[in-house]
Amino acid sequence: MAIFIDRDTRLVVQGITGRDGSFHAAQMIEYGTRVVAGVTPGKGGQSFDAAGASVPVFDTMDRAVEATGANTSVIYVPPAFAADAIMEAADAGIAFIVAITEGIPVQDMTRAYAYVRDRGSRLLGPNCPGALSPGKCKVGIMPGHITAEGAVGLVSRSGTLTYEVVWHLTRAGIGQTTCVGIGGDPIIGTSFIDCLEAFEADPDTRAVVMIGEIGGTDEQRAAEFVSGTMSKPVVGFIAGQTAPPGRRMGHAGAIISGSAGTAAEKIASFEQHGVGVARRPAEVADLVREVL
Amino acid sequence: MNIHEYQARDLLRAHGVPAPPGEVATTPDEAEAAARAVGGPVVVKAQVHTGGRGKAGGVKLAATPEEARAKAAAILGMDIKGFTVEKVLVAEAADIASEAYVGVIMDRDSRRAVFMVSREGGVDIEEVAATNPDAIRKLAVDPRYGLLPHQAYWLAASLYDDPAQQRACAKILRQLWAAFRDAGASLAEINPLITTPDGEVQAIDAKVTIDDNELFRRPKIEALRDTSSEPPSETRARDASLTYIKLDGDIGAVVNGAGLAMATMDLIKYYGGEPANFLDIGGSSNPQKVVDALGIITSDANVKVILFNIFGGITRCDDVANGIVEATRQIDMRVPLVIRLTGTNEEEGVAILEAAGLSAATSMDDVVQRAVAMAGGSD
Repeated sequence: MAIFIDRDTRLVVQGITGRDGSFHAAQMIEYGTRVVAGVTPGKGGQSFDAAGASVPVFDTMDRAVEATGANTSVIYVPPAFAADAIMEAADAGIAFIVAITEGIPVQDMTRAYAYVRDRGSRLLGPNCPGALSPGKCKVGIMPGHITAEGAVGLVSRSGTLTYEVVWHLTRAGIGQTTCVGIGGDPIIGTSFIDCLEAFEADPDTRAVVMIGEIGGTDEQRAAEFVSGTMSKPVVGFIAGQTAPPGRRMGHAGAIISGSAGTAAEKIASFEQHGVGVARRPAEVADLVREVL
Repeated sequence: MNIHEYQARDLLRAHGVPAPPGEVATTPDEAEAAARAVGGPVVVKAQVHTGGRGKAGGVKLAATPEEARAKAAAILGMDIKGFTVEKVLVAEAADIASEAYVGVIMDRDSRRAVFMVSREGGVDIEEVAATNPDAIRKLAVDPRYGLLPHQAYWLAASLYDDPAQQRACAKILRQLWAAFRDAGASLAEINPLITTPDGEVQAIDAKVTIDDNELFRRPKIEALRDTSSEPPSETRARDASLTYIKLDGDIGAVVNGAGLAMATMDLIKYYGGEPANFLDIGGSSNPQKVVDALGIITSDANVKVILFNIFGGITRCDDVANGIVEATRQIDMRVPLVIRLTGTNEEEGVAILEAAGLSAATSMDDVVQRAVAMAGGSD
């Protein structure tokens, strides 16, 4: 088992003919993901050929879903059009929408989030690396070769920091059920708690790694959820202990506002709720080994 | 992006929010002329991107234009929390009968813009939220409908007992919402919103923060950016599409990805060193970005060693290696490089570096420890 994506995932790539979309569509096909369709307005009828596969391209999501039975989409559309692409996917009945795009205006996201929610779909991201269930399915941009099949779920607000931690896990012989990047923006579709809930319900996941960073209170509420609801052990890491207050540290959501959202506050919350905290990314693997 | 109080005032006034007349000045002469134009007693306020201006002596009353000139001369050039005052706002000094707080901020938890209003104005709203949360009335705005008239009235009614003031405030709240929406703001607040002795409701101080992701489609807002209030290296980085924040340490860091960049800074500190900067070269595979990044970091005189921490995903190690080699040809490095390269196209990247007489490691802990030792910060 895995969460959100697995062998039943039928993926449509929104923006498949663009620079990022085409590169990563090929990578996903190579990984073994069932990429069943692509969408680029004005390019319907063409095909996208990569890694020995030929993927039909449609003008609209509605057509793509009707023709291929796609149930998941991944979005590599520029920021100005990305919120609409998210809403189009929801309208087409896509159950799981993954928005990779970085730089979507936050006010656009407030509308897109409400829209997706009204239609009962789940949004992952935006500004996220996507999700990867090792040996089954990859949706997004995570490098597949650093992952391995196993029993640890991983959820993170970051991209490359996730790779760093996953790489340590894999090298330590600790495989993963699913690695999920929830994204670095202030308004995101799927929270830490949503992922923890899914990992708790997944019979193959035996422990969870949670990688947070400065800004907001999502990690603190997730820690409360761990102590209050979860039976599986959770260990974590928080980035940004040396970040100055009031500065946006790359991610739009990574900012200490006033006294709120500091790394110290989050680490204290993890410790208070029984979430083991690694002091260095490399230490996460040691903590996981202890709890497994 | 932060904008100055006078710019925020202009935005709100353009949407109809009543505020006392005022003008911005960059010299004592201009301040005197502005005070004359405004007429009567004025307040001279430092325009800097930080709070606590009043406590720092950056806000002064002046009874006459001559006095406004003297007060402006004292405030201009003043250092407030590391920011040099280059402009002052000269505004009519209003008589204040009461002070309230009204603001709208993008809220992560509700995933909506949230209005907050309080009778406790003129003070830090975060303090009110911490010490007396019941003194704040909150409302999350449905993005599909905006702030509805009855919602604005519900908020206003918690601030004022007088029906005329309630109506005036409700109107201001809807104008504030329109300004927030149209500017692409993540925060817009009026603090204080005052009443005058004859009952008028007016905005005395305004703060607006713009969502950086909106700037590509709002050139007029982007033009409000004041680059004099940031280190030149940060302006240069933004022009090169890099995210760079200057810090006080001596270990320069070039990293791909914001989370890994923060974790790298933390690890430098963990091993006893001090990071000189936050720098994310992003996910692109453009060698020029690496050249630009090294140019910016080497211009920081404090830097004793430069640490590369690259985990290739979308970023390809060979592109980064090409950028490093190219940069060492173009720029006088003057400090040693410590390089960690792993992930996509790692072998090609390492080969490129070795051909140029450089080397790379694969462990983040190893390179950080080496950089700290070279900077002399540990032991």
